[in-house]
Parts: sequence; structure tokens; C-alpha cells
Amino acid sequence: MTTHLKRWWPLALLLVLLIAPYSTLPLPGLLDGPLGSPGSLQLIALCLVYGGLATGYDLLLGRTGLLSFGHALYFATGLYATDLAMLELGLGFVPAAVFGIACSIALALLLGSVSLRVTGIGFSMVTLAFAQAGAILVQRNPGGLTGGEEGRSAPAEHLPDALIGIQNTANLYWIAVLYLVVTLAVVQWTVSSPTGRIWAGIRENERRVEVLGLRPYGFKLVAFTVAGGLAGAGGVVYLLLTGGATPQAASSDATLALLVMVVLGGSGTRWGPLLGGVLYTWAAHRLGDLANSESIAELPSVLRVPLSQPLFLLGTLFVAVVYLLPGGLARLPARLRAGRAARAAEGSVTAVPEGAA
Amino acid sequence: MNTVVLLACTGLGLGALYFLVASGLSLIFGLMDVLNFAHGALLSVGAYAAWWAATDGGLGFWLAVPFGTAVGTAASVLLELALIRPLYARPRDQILATVGVGLALPALIMGIWGADARPFPQPESLSGTVRLLGATVPVNRFVLMAAALIVLVLLRLFLAKTRYGLIVRAGVEDRAMVTALGIDVRKAFTLVFAIGGAAASLGGALAGLYFGSLNPGQGTGLLIFAFVVVVMGGMGSVTGAAVASVGVGLVQQFANYYTAAGLGDLSVVVLLAVLLLVKPRGLTGRLA
Repeated sequence: MTTHLKRWWPLALLLVLLIAPYSTLPLPGLLDGPLGSPGSLQLIALCLVYGGLATGYDLLLGRTGLLSFGHALYFATGLYATDLAMLELGLGFVPAAVFGIACSIALALLLGSVSLRVTGIGFSMVTLAFAQAGAILVQRNPGGLTGGEEGRSAPAEHLPDALIGIQNTANLYWIAVLYLVVTLAVVQWTVSSPTGRIWAGIRENERRVEVLGLRPYGFKLVAFTVAGGLAGAGGVVYLLLTGGATPQAASSDATLALLVMVVLGGSGTRWGPLLGGVLYTWAAHRLGDLANSESIAELPSVLRVPLSQPLFLLGTLFVAVVYLLPGGLARLPARLRAGRAARAAEGSVTAVPEGAA
Repeated sequence: MNTVVLLACTGLGLGALYFLVASGLSLIFGLMDVLNFAHGALLSVGAYAAWWAATDGGLGFWLAVPFGTAVGTAASVLLELALIRPLYARPRDQILATVGVGLALPALIMGIWGADARPFPQPESLSGTVRLLGATVPVNRFVLMAAALIVLVLLRLFLAKTRYGLIVRAGVEDRAMVTALGIDVRKAFTLVFAIGGAAASLGGALAGLYFGSLNPGQGTGLLIFAFVVVVMGGMGSVTGAAVASVGVGLVQQFANYYTAAGLGDLSVVVLLAVLLLVKPRGLTGRLA
């Protein structure tokens, strides 16, 4: 029974996620409205998209051991390229989405081939620099394309009717679920492929991979490109969910948020980044609501000031997780089990002399 | 000609600011392999402490700047002792912990003093301008340059002439060897963090002078360019950081003026990418 449960719980969870829009279950504290209300679905969908993005980012951080500080660039590329393809080229949504993802993949391939020429912290710096260049470009609004600070909203006339309006939030939600499932499948499939094993080798000891006669460069580039494509697809779903492209998506804070999500949940694990992404996004939204609530406004300023800043709470939580929970939330059960086993072993060691006597 | 002189002075002032942030970052990275993402937050702490002392605290500008520097230094030492030291065995987690602090501290500052920019009080003696080669240059540019020059000279003297400077230099070259020789390199870690925090918070206090105002995101914004400077200069090299910060400041100012605004920031970033690809070890060839 329990082994069945262990094996099939992801499928059961997926089923629950799929039928959630039909439910009117109220979840006080967790969500504002009932489960199936548009507001709740929107928030859950956003959580799932970030869960997927974090899972894709972990392909670099946890699976290949590449600390990239520029992942938001590929997310923003998917977001803006799809939006602009509809606005400026007049494409329909599906061709525009394909175009957007293709742009992300092409950019990841190009910039990855450049930045992977340096290793270690140099790689992190070059990716940060490229992402910063992208963020500046988006902010400066070249030729009126990106809309600067304001961003550009998606054109309703190019979107299918089923994806517009608050009554169709459920459809967007299902797209978010689909994106998450595809991302999990792609990550799982690539990681268990022969290439994925070489990624693990690169993460553990790059020199040894070289000694075995393989060139890590090509494998790292594959990981970088796949992760970039997944981030671009996430950008397309994000565009649908929020109805527009804003420059915050390209900022270095966006990459740092992804990093926080992955580490919070547990990098290099199957479900950790997803868990981290969902928790972080949910907490950021709920803490924002909490900050504006009346119960906080009445507190003395020593408590009110920190509690009204979601980023302060999340940053502190992040430091606490790094400090107290290396390996993230996903490794917590294993750590607890190990702790219990160690205690049990201690107990049996002390018991042995008694038994022998 | 006037414009060129003005741009050069402004660029050098900005470069001086970058140097104040980057010198500490570079030493910290060179010695400890920690990329300190909280360095921008330390700058903000120094800036806000100085601003608070100058306005609410009633201290004059000349006392407010040392006060801000002292608070920033204390914060930096606290950061090292409380967060970095317990994580010595886990280098990547050290970086992650500083990322968390770098997110939390500016948010806390924003919670206390609001997200809007605050005007920084300018003392009478520094608010004027100077005629230089026909151009009218604000005095505060020279204050920054002088501060950076003093910090550079002091750092060079410290590294070259003192026993701890020797340990720091040796640690940058080969930390394992220093430890093997029986020297407790951890004291040097705390010292380097204190120096870095002091330089950054001095930079923060003077950044208020340079920009005329301060906001919670300022430190993080400067941090990215300080990273660029550190990588360009070769990590762990103070002189390299000085050369690179002058270069970055000048390129940024001139490109922003003579081409579209924003292209200067972009060109700096592209410059970094090109440099790293041509010389993966930075200008001084000491990338760890």
C-alpha cells in the first residue's frame, strides 16, 4: 500500500491539480478565495510557472554544477520575443510562441558558447554581465520596441478567445500545469540520458570527465541551451498569465529569485526546485498581502517594518535555509531519517555491552 | 574641450566610487573565494548611516562620513563572524548566504526609510564648482577621487609594509600554504572583510555626495559594475581594480554622452565579455 502511494503520488497530485478549477473548496489562510476562483487559479498558475522555471534552472545549478547569474535573460527573451512577434510582426499566438522559444534557444546557444569558454566564477560573472546588458536594453526601450519601464501588454486581438478574460483563467491555469509537466519530463528525461550522466560527472569532477576523453564544453552547452529553451517557454506562459511583458522579468533580481527558489527547495533533486518555486512565489504574494493588512499596521514599528517587507523575510528565510538546512527542503525527510537512524544506532551501541554482560 | 574635461572628471569620480566598492570585493574574493553579494548592501548601510547622522543625528557632514564608515565596517565584521565564518567548509553556501543578506538588507532599509530617493545634505564647502581647463567641474568629483586615492595608497601600504598585509598577500596566492605554515588565516579573513566594508561604506557615504541623493537600491546597482571592475582587474589585485575602475568609469561616461544614453552601461558589459574571452584571467592575470 505505502509503496503504491510512494510511486503514484505525483500522478495523484497531477490529477488534483487538473481538476482544481472545478472545486470550490475554501482554503482560508492559503488562498483568498475558494480553490476554483479566478484569483486563486491565477496565483496557483504563477506558482506552477515559477516551479517549472526553477526546475529548468536547476538543470544548470544542481545537475551540471554551473552557477549562472543570467538565467532571467532567456526567460525575458521568450516573454518579449513572443509579445513583440504578435505586436510588431502581427503573428498569431502559436507562431509567435514558437518564435519566442526559438529566440530563447538561439540566444542561449550563442551566449552559452561564448560564456562557457570561461569556467568557475568567471562563468557566473560573464552570464551576469550578459543578463545585465539585456536588462539595460529592455529598460532603455530601443526604437520604442520594449516599452521601457512600462513594458508592453499583449495584444488581445492576436490571442485565441479561449485565453482572454477572467472567465477563462482555468484555461491559462491548465497551460501552466502543462508547462510544468513538460519541464519536469524534459529535465527527467535529459538527466537520465547518457548526456545527463556526463552532466553529473561534470558537476562532481570536471577534470575527470576530461581525463576520460570527453570534452565537457559541448555537454555544458547542451545543458545551457536546453535550460534556456525551457526558460523561454516559461516566458510564453508568463506572458499569457500576466497579459504583458515588464522589465522586472529581465532584472538581475529575477535570476537571484530563481537561485533562491532552487536552493530553498533543494538543488539537484527531482521535486526540490518545484517545491521551492511554488513556496517562494506563494510566500512573496501572500507576504505582500500581509504587509498591507490591518493586523500588521497596528503592530509596533519594531515588528511592523520587517514584517511589511516580503523580500526581507524571504532573504532571511533563505539565509536560514542555507545555514541550517544544506540541501534544501527536499532533503529534509532524508536528514530526519538519517538523524533518527543515528540515534537508534547510538542506542544499540550502548545496549550491546549490557547484552554481552 | 570643456565637455571632455567635465566628462573625464565625472568619469574619474564614478571610477573612484567603483574602486571603493571593488577594492574590498577584490581582496575578499582573492583571499576567501567568496563573491560577496552583500557588498552593495554594506554600501547602502554606510550611505544611510551617514545620511541619518547628517540629518536626524545633527552631526556635520565631516563627522557623518566617518560615522557611516564605522557603522558599515561594524556591519561587515558582524556579517563575516555570524554568517561567513560558520560556512568556511561550504564555499558555495557562503556565496548564497551573502545573496540572502544582499536581498534582505536593502529591503529592511526600504522598510525603515521608504523606497523613494532621499536628498543628501551637501556641505557648503563641497557644493561649489571649480574652473579647470575652461570647464566647470563640481567639487565633489574631486572629493571622491581624493578619497579613492587615499584608500588606494593606504591599502598598498598595508599590503606591502605590515605583517597582516603580508599574510593577506600570501593568502591570495595560496591559502592552503599559509595555513600549513601555522598562521591562523581566519583572522585575516575578518580583517579583510572589515577593510572591504569600510571602503564600501565610505563609498556609500560619498555616493550621496556624487549623486546628490540616495535610495535603497543604489548599492545593488553599483555592485554589478563593481563586479565588472573586479573581474577585469583580476581578482585579488587592488592595483588591477584601480586601473579597471578608472577605465570602466571613463568608458561609461564618454559612451553615455556621445552615443545614446544607456549605451555606456552596455559597452562596459560588452567590454567585460570581450576581455574575458581574450584574456580569461583578467588584466593582471590573476583570476582564481
